[in-house]
Amino acid sequence: MDSGFKLIAGALTTMALATSALVVLPYLQVRDLEAPPELKPYTEQELRGREQYISLGCVYCHTQQPRGVESGVDALRGWGRPSVAADYVYDSPHLLGTMRTGPDLFNIGARQPSVDWQLGHLYQPRAYVAESNMPAFPFLFEHKLEAEEGEHVVQLPPSAAPDVGVIVAKPEALDLVQYLLALDRTYPAPIE
Amino acid sequence: MNISAILVSTYVISILGLFVFIWSLRKGGGQSRPNGGRVIFEPGEVGRIEDPAADSGERDALQAVSDAGNAHAHQPGKADLAVRFEADRSTRAPVLLLLGTATLWLLIGSVFGLISSIKLHEPDWLTDVAWLTFGRTRTLHLNAVAYGWTALAALGVVTWMLPRLLRTPLRGSMFTYAGTLLWNIGLGVGLYCVANGISDGMEWLEIPWQVGVLFAIGGAMIGVPLVLMLPRARVDHLYVSVWYIGAALFWFPILYLVAKIPGLHVGVEQATMNWWYGHNVLGYFFTPVALASVYYFLPKVIGRPIQSYDLSLLGFWTLAFFYGQVGAHHLVGGPIPVWLVTLSIVQSVMMVIPVIAFSVNQHQTMRGHFAALKHSPTLRFVLFGAMMYTVASVQGAMEALRTINNVTHFTHFTVAHAHLGLYGFVAMVLFGAAYFALPRVLDVEWPKRRLIDLHFGLVLAGFAIYIVTLSIGGWLQGLALLDPARSFIESVTLTYPYLQGRSLGGLLMTFGHFVFAYHFGLMVLARLRRPAPIAQAQAEVMHG
Ligand code: HEC
Ligand code: HEM
Repeated sequence: MDSGFKLIAGALTTMALATSALVVLPYLQVRDLEAPPELKPYTEQELRGREQYISLGCVYCHTQQPRGVESGVDALRGWGRPSVAADYVYDSPHLLGTMRTGPDLFNIGARQPSVDWQLGHLYQPRAYVAESNMPAFPFLFEHKLEAEEGEHVVQLPPSAAPDVGVIVAKPEALDLVQYLLALDRTYPAPIE
Repeated sequence: MNISAILVSTYVISILGLFVFIWSLRKGGGQSRPNGGRVIFEPGEVGRIEDPAADSGERDALQAVSDAGNAHAHQPGKADLAVRFEADRSTRAPVLLLLGTATLWLLIGSVFGLISSIKLHEPDWLTDVAWLTFGRTRTLHLNAVAYGWTALAALGVVTWMLPRLLRTPLRGSMFTYAGTLLWNIGLGVGLYCVANGISDGMEWLEIPWQVGVLFAIGGAMIGVPLVLMLPRARVDHLYVSVWYIGAALFWFPILYLVAKIPGLHVGVEQATMNWWYGHNVLGYFFTPVALASVYYFLPKVIGRPIQSYDLSLLGFWTLAFFYGQVGAHHLVGGPIPVWLVTLSIVQSVMMVIPVIAFSVNQHQTMRGHFAALKHSPTLRFVLFGAMMYTVASVQGAMEALRTINNVTHFTHFTVAHAHLGLYGFVAMVLFGAAYFALPRVLDVEWPKRRLIDLHFGLVLAGFAIYIVTLSIGGWLQGLALLDPARSFIESVTLTYPYLQGRSLGGLLMTFGHFVFAYHFGLMVLARLRRPAPIAQAQAEVMHG
């Protein structure tokens, strides 16, 4: 089975080439990267929020990779400086994303640090941006007659507020917003 | 030397090399096998058409087209098809299981695709529960159509073709059954996890590794029969389809396992790994299997061996070499090493070579036989798919170039491109292959021949609407994103009419899929009601 052997040898070689280029070499290049001093590891709550971000699939509409002037106008939109590999040392799994149905969120914590805005926007994006097609996430909230001790009442614009009672944020929503607020890489890019 | 100069020169050199290669083959040097394409025909069978999906009138017409094409070295003689009959009989049950389950996932996946599509212009629809949020329905869609329909159907078609290609009955079918079962369990449990928010978080790799590993195991098991059959193959060389299939069955489990090693991948390397996987599952699994099918069914239907067998092997090796390294074009401009992006761009453009090799070859084979399209349902799907391979690949090569990539990268244009490839090419070829194989699998004819036309018409129209609307919408979205004078939300609002158009296209495609599934179901019923006497069928095949 001469050609059978050729086939396996060839398939193995081309696969090895591809894997070295796209997996092994990048691994060697970023394995020992140090986090920039200003970048803090995520807290427990932020990590829980990150899990929400993953599980609700925000990544299918939002990138986390502002790019340089050669690729577009990200900085002019206020999305931040081009990101570098060191910005991602704490990010696992990566959430770079491939779609910009919505804006880049790599620095959303710096751009929109208001917890109430973030909560309200998750509850009903169209109360803030009328033409948005971001999904509403009402299941992250509870509609109650009144809030109990320690619950976070969401401040909503009149158009989205319920006629009676209040909207309180579930822990998932609060975690998610803490994660969003942690997205802040406004420190200068480390020299690589 | 700057990057674009390097790119252009490598490119020109390779294209020149390709032409030198073709020229030297025409001079008949080297290890050329001018008659290599005949191995899929029994002795004396060249010149005889085969399309089990056609009715008897169409088969006659098809034969007339083939005869008129008059491109055969020999007049067809009386062929002994007993080997073929044994091959077909050996794969019936496992192939029915693979294609049957694939079709169920197709319906589920299409419905979730349609829901996701509508949600992009009706964002307040179905927002009450988490499992119906866009981020989950989209993931359910992708995984159901990719790992459900396309992968299982591909494995089914492969399992069906291999004994024919090797001229020996299927061996080790227990592995096929077990692999199919594991794969389906993995997908069912995996989709359940995704719906409930349990996800590994990377596109194409969302299904948690503890579950997804069943794909690697199941896929490897479905490959075992090939290894068992090879030593018993009764052919003097392996046909090009076997090369593609063998490589694909070998590549997939490796890809999946490496991608899913827990705790290994770090930082942005996860992103490069993600797209190494994401593009290679297309380039090293779906594409080779679909190409293998084209290389088998197209010549078989028209009764004419592939024009240049050598060119088909060149196509195989160039694909194997270039396609593996294109993945980083998903990260152009991103925070990854520049050399890596450049490499991927160059290889993406190089992909034009295998694509030209393939397209020229298919076109040459079809020359003088295009009238066969009128009479062969299989050919319609398969040839359309083959053409979309060319279109999608050339488009993909263009999209990798920075000037174009800057516009299209993060937009719906990419989604249109994905459907051009995975749907227009892979899924269409698989539909054609299923139409060809199932009458042999079930030993009954398609009950309602018109439903095949309906299926084709619906998905063709739906696909056209889908691709045209979304490509235009995505392009305009990209231009808006590049213009700092326009607010971000403009790039959203301008897409609405196109997103609605896509939903309409998707609706037609989904209808088409239900027609296919319904027809498949009718066929199974017909088989159950009237078990065809096997001896009679055998007599028909051998003397018909
Ligand atoms: C269907 C696509 C889509 C999905 C899914 C999506 N978004 Fe959005 N998002 C948008 C769009 C479009 C905008 C811009 C309009 C707006 O502000 O609503 C946006 C805006 C935002 C903004 C404000 C950005 C800014 O610069 O003002 C934040 C924060 C945000 N999204 C967070 C999320 C989170 C968190 C999730 C997941 C739970 C999510 N998005 C899921 C489409 C989406
Ligand atoms: C067998 C058939 C199909 C296959 C193989 C397929 C494949 C895919 C693939 C690969 C993607 C990922 C695209 C990307 O991220 O670039 C995708 C996304 C998508 N598909 Fe399909 N698809 C099929 C049918 C459909 C149908 C019938 C619809 C109905 C409208 C549809 C709607 C969508 C939508 C809405 C997305 C998400 C796009 C986004 O994230 O913005 N697909 N599909």
